[in-house]
Amino acid sequence: MRREEVIKDLRERFKEEIIDFFDKSPKRVYIEIKPEAILKVSDYIFKSLSARFNIASGVDTRYHVEILYHFIFEDINLLISLRVKLDKKKLEIDSLIPIFEAANWIEREIHELLGINFKGHPDLRRLLLSDDWPEGIHPLRCDYKEWDEKAIRDRGV
Amino acid sequence: MAKTIVPIGPYHPLQEEPEFFSLTVEGEKVVDIDVRIGYNHRGIEKLSEMKTFDQSTFVIERICGICSTSHPFAYTRAVEDIISVEVPERAKYIRTIIAEGERIHSHLLWLGLAGHFLGYNTVYMWVWKLREEILDVMEILSGNRNNYAMFKPGGVRRDIKQEDIPDVIKKLDSIIPSLTMIKKAVIDDPVIHARTKGIGVLSKEDAINYAALGPTSRASGVARDVRKDAPYGVYDKIEWNMIVTKNGDVFDKVIVRILEVLEAIKIMKECLLTLPKGEIDLNIKDIPPGEGIGHVEAPRGETFHYVRSDGTNRPVRHKVRAPTFMNLPTFKATVVGETISDATIILAAIDPCYCCTERMAVRNIKGTKLYNGEDLIRLSQEKTEKIKRKMGL
Amino acid sequence: MSMKLKALLKSPWVFHLSTGSCNNCDIEILDCLTPRFDIERFGMLLAGSIKHADVLLITGSCNRQSVIRLKRLYEQAPKPCLVVAIGECSLSRGLFMHSYNCPVPLDKIIPVDVYIPGCPPKPEAIIAGVVKLIEKVKKEKVESKK
Repeated sequence: MRREEVIKDLRERFKEEIIDFFDKSPKRVYIEIKPEAILKVSDYIFKSLSARFNIASGVDTRYHVEILYHFIFEDINLLISLRVKLDKKKLEIDSLIPIFEAANWIEREIHELLGINFKGHPDLRRLLLSDDWPEGIHPLRCDYKEWDEKAIRDRGV
Repeated sequence: MAKTIVPIGPYHPLQEEPEFFSLTVEGEKVVDIDVRIGYNHRGIEKLSEMKTFDQSTFVIERICGICSTSHPFAYTRAVEDIISVEVPERAKYIRTIIAEGERIHSHLLWLGLAGHFLGYNTVYMWVWKLREEILDVMEILSGNRNNYAMFKPGGVRRDIKQEDIPDVIKKLDSIIPSLTMIKKAVIDDPVIHARTKGIGVLSKEDAINYAALGPTSRASGVARDVRKDAPYGVYDKIEWNMIVTKNGDVFDKVIVRILEVLEAIKIMKECLLTLPKGEIDLNIKDIPPGEGIGHVEAPRGETFHYVRSDGTNRPVRHKVRAPTFMNLPTFKATVVGETISDATIILAAIDPCYCCTERMAVRNIKGTKLYNGEDLIRLSQEKTEKIKRKMGL
Repeated sequence: MSMKLKALLKSPWVFHLSTGSCNNCDIEILDCLTPRFDIERFGMLLAGSIKHADVLLITGSCNRQSVIRLKRLYEQAPKPCLVVAIGECSLSRGLFMHSYNCPVPLDKIIPVDVYIPGCPPKPEAIIAGVVKLIEKVKKEKVESKK
């Protein structure tokens, strides 16, 4: 499938779900979709269009927490990023594990660094932070403040 | 049979991903595996947001000592993607040369350690001796053995001197005969065949499901290489082959890496010989608001960086995805069902790092016996000896 | 000083411990063992277990998860045990000083005998550092006799 066909296919098939479409460059396309539709859209992209799941990245902005799911079409060199904006009051989204195993670790990472709950994830244990890290503090949030009073932040010279 | 939990770890100094494995075993057989990482988490993504775009390259370089080129390469490409610029031709060549040099030294490092894990210390010493030559080459080109600091958004920091090139090519040529000898020794050695063939197989379906990258996926028959799929640098101008094998076992992973070293030497030499003249830097001043993605093929697979800028001189968000992040979970598919003496080499086969084996502690759950990393290597060596005797070597 | 320390100086066995480093220093330590540098000719040997070691080579910026293990390992080490901090991260945490996961530098956690700076230090620097450590201990020995 060529680049134009992929984009046309996606735009027509998910007319309802797509909020915004941004064609940045020949190799990069950003599509903003509704959070409820993430399972449906990524299932179609991964299974039917056989793209590779690259990674997801969470961004904390002033009003929303965004998650970008990056997929790459290797044969046509096209990177599609699905953007999902979550309301800060209700940080929840469906887990992608039923579709591909590769989403397991990154969802655990986003869960602890940004505090997003992934519905349907089999185990949302800690991945990166230490065991004595306090619950409810997420270091990649904008409003993160140092909580450890014992920490030394000078070189001591 | 009673189940025993075998903890391996916890230390494993591979950038954000050191790991603690707990293998559940029934007798000799591994039935389940679980991983706990976070022993090396340094909050680099947060730190990068505190630095300017130019300073960030130095932080990014220190994510991983072995991949100290691929991370800045991906990062600078992401920043250039925000501005939508192409770097000058000569800078592209220099970037490719440094990236390939890193690939050679990383693959050789792995090969040596794989030999060590198999209980084949001759390979380890030989290959590491060979690796010193390539470190010398990197020292000539960049001035340092490991952290090269060659990359900056918009170009490269340092030029390659014309008078250094003959020396470098001579050194590269001197590696090839010894490497060919090692290649023959590995491919023909019946003991290595017995220890690695059919061990830790990652099927093609699993490789796609886990989104495995780099040599791990290429050994399983998934032709996946960013250098071919999304050419960057000068990989589209130079003749080279992507190495793909189809069995997915440890032996294939060894073969893919050895052949890739020879390819990398070829690429590096051709780049050095056809190095064009011209500018090496664009002198980027401002970075507009926007977001960019950069991905390159590191020695272990695709490194992926996502950078967002809001028009100031610092990134708002910088996401780093290292290849091992995707490759590590494949252990679930490869280790389960194998014996514990093979676990070390399978765990090492995706090229995470050596230190997990160096500080392993294996404990019987009843507390009767305590193994450490040495014991596990000894178990592995004993198996090699047994196979040798069986073969009559 | 003690008989143990005297024996230690002839052939110090080193144990290498990473507390969240980028791997470069660890590889340079391993490089010291391979044919070009070959520190085994000075009697230094990389020990597999902390219980066999006389010298601790510590790399990395001491992150929260590993600090607990670091303390435990230091307690397990047979005394006298000498500690060498290798690389900028274990000296002052270098770049990672403001990281949320690296709260305290190494020398505030356990006593350090020798610092080897560099990012990463060359194998030659590591060998020189260990030699200086031996000289330092010898000097202390002479002074304590007086």
